[in-house]
Amino acid sequence: MRESYAIRTVDLVKRYRTTTALDGLTMTVGHGEVFGFLGPNGAGKTTAVKLLLGLTRPTAGEAWVLGRPMGDRIARRRVGYLPELFRYQDWLTARELLALHCDLAGVPRAEQPAQITDTLELVGLARRARDRIGTFSKGMQQRIGLAVSLVGRPDLVFLDEPTSALDPVGRHDVREIIRTLRTRGTTVFLNSHLLTEVEQVCDRVAIIDAGRVIAMGTMDELRGRRDVVRLRLGGVGPGALETLRRYGDLEIESGSYTVTGLMPARVPALVTELVGLGCEIFAVEPRSQTLEDRFLELLGGSNGAAENRPPHPA
Amino acid sequence: MALLRIARLTLRETARRKLLIALVILTVIVALLTGWLFHKLYSLPCGEAPHLHRCTVATMDLAAATLLILLLFMFSFVLALGAAFVAAPSIATEIESGVLLSIATRPIRRSDILLGKWLGFAVLLALYGALAIALEMVILKVAMGYAPPHPVAAIAFIIAESLIVLTLAMLGSTRLSAITTGIIALALFGGAWLAGITGEVGQLFGNRTIENAGTVGSLIMPTDGLWRGAIYNLEPLAVILGQADLGQRAAANPFFVLSAPSPPYLLWALAWGLAVLGLALWSFQRREL
Repeated sequence: MRESYAIRTVDLVKRYRTTTALDGLTMTVGHGEVFGFLGPNGAGKTTAVKLLLGLTRPTAGEAWVLGRPMGDRIARRRVGYLPELFRYQDWLTARELLALHCDLAGVPRAEQPAQITDTLELVGLARRARDRIGTFSKGMQQRIGLAVSLVGRPDLVFLDEPTSALDPVGRHDVREIIRTLRTRGTTVFLNSHLLTEVEQVCDRVAIIDAGRVIAMGTMDELRGRRDVVRLRLGGVGPGALETLRRYGDLEIESGSYTVTGLMPARVPALVTELVGLGCEIFAVEPRSQTLEDRFLELLGGSNGAAENRPPHPA
Repeated sequence: MALLRIARLTLRETARRKLLIALVILTVIVALLTGWLFHKLYSLPCGEAPHLHRCTVATMDLAAATLLILLLFMFSFVLALGAAFVAAPSIATEIESGVLLSIATRPIRRSDILLGKWLGFAVLLALYGALAIALEMVILKVAMGYAPPHPVAAIAFIIAESLIVLTLAMLGSTRLSAITTGIIALALFGGAWLAGITGEVGQLFGNRTIENAGTVGSLIMPTDGLWRGAIYNLEPLAVILGQADLGQRAAANPFFVLSAPSPPYLLWALAWGLAVLGLALWSFQRREL
């Protein structure tokens, strides 16, 4: 059963002297998934990743990574990691750093030059291959960190806030890289508090707060209802109003008509009827809850505003 | 093999950070200065050096042996200081900066990281120590015609002394900040030297308590004991015999010894090193990153 998941945790607990960073984390990540691990600052995201990689030890609970107990050396052969706090030997060149990690990851010497070149190309650093890391900007250092996490062609990649130092172009590039990884069948564990980023690339998401999973599911499952349509209309007569009410609960607000309970498949029929009744149609917007709406709703329900929560080590 | 890869990385870092070139330049400067000094001393007419009673070969050898011991005391200090400086930050600052995160998650053992670094630094200290000290011995031989009785053994003792400091600093680095570790390592190094003198003073005055305090000190930190091994191998036989005649009065001189460290003491120093290295491995293994 363990083999069927890329990651599985059961009641994982991590306590520091005075704080509880993880408080019974239970979740599963399937093979080949791009999995978003969302939570406010101090929710325990980085702690979870460090436990799974064997950088720290759990207070209680169990976890398996690629079918092996968490932190296992054999499993780490197939794992890549971009830490949130990314720092590399600044006296090495980009190529030398990747060669070091190829060696440590057990990539055969003969395959290394091509793999290093490909990886540098992928993260957009091919032209800086022979420059020292110390001369790189913060964004470029994060890119080289991403490259480090990808050498050895891992089956599972942990990316902890991979775009924190990147500009919009860099963020776009990272999303593209994650999509490339998905097509290769690589499992991506994306740790982030950037909701739009997660929304754009993840297949499944877990939202954690105060060290526990408070919601987990596919993006559609998490976003919740998708049966709300907002229309901007002109020339609405009593007949049109009656028609709108027939399709769902109607809310009117200064020229904007929001119909709740209207599934997207029925929208064309409504529009045809409204046109027939002489309405002018300026806009029809199917509205689903954004991940942000859901995130705030869940956090509000779980513990109150983020600022009021006691601090946890990241 | 991951251990050797880390050792190579460690050596490369010292080269890239210009430590090697700095050491080479400083050593060349010291070699030139000492060469000049030795040559000057050798060509002094005896009248201008009244403290040298007679310019016999034995007198010259005594002067040369003394100079060499003082000079190598400086080198032993530089090596110990260097060991503390390179090892104290080696783990601590890499944990602090996050450099270790991406290394420690590779499919390698934590012990490979620590032992790899230790090996890299040990090779550096051993190579530098051997070359720099051998260079000084060659200069002395050329300038004053004097060669110490057991040069290789003396070099080995001085290198072993620096490895003791290195191992201690590696242990500290797994738990403490670089500054704290460096200060502790050097304080213990200095303390051991003082303990050695204390023991001899105790011997001079026939005070068993003071003598024992010195012995305990040399067991807690075996650097001074090893330094004494180096001195013993640098002293000409005549010096040792002369001191033996002086009896107790020859004691309490940190630059002369009457006997080599006993085999049990050398075994103790080896066990000390292995135990501290083992402790460092255990500590780093359990360290949360």
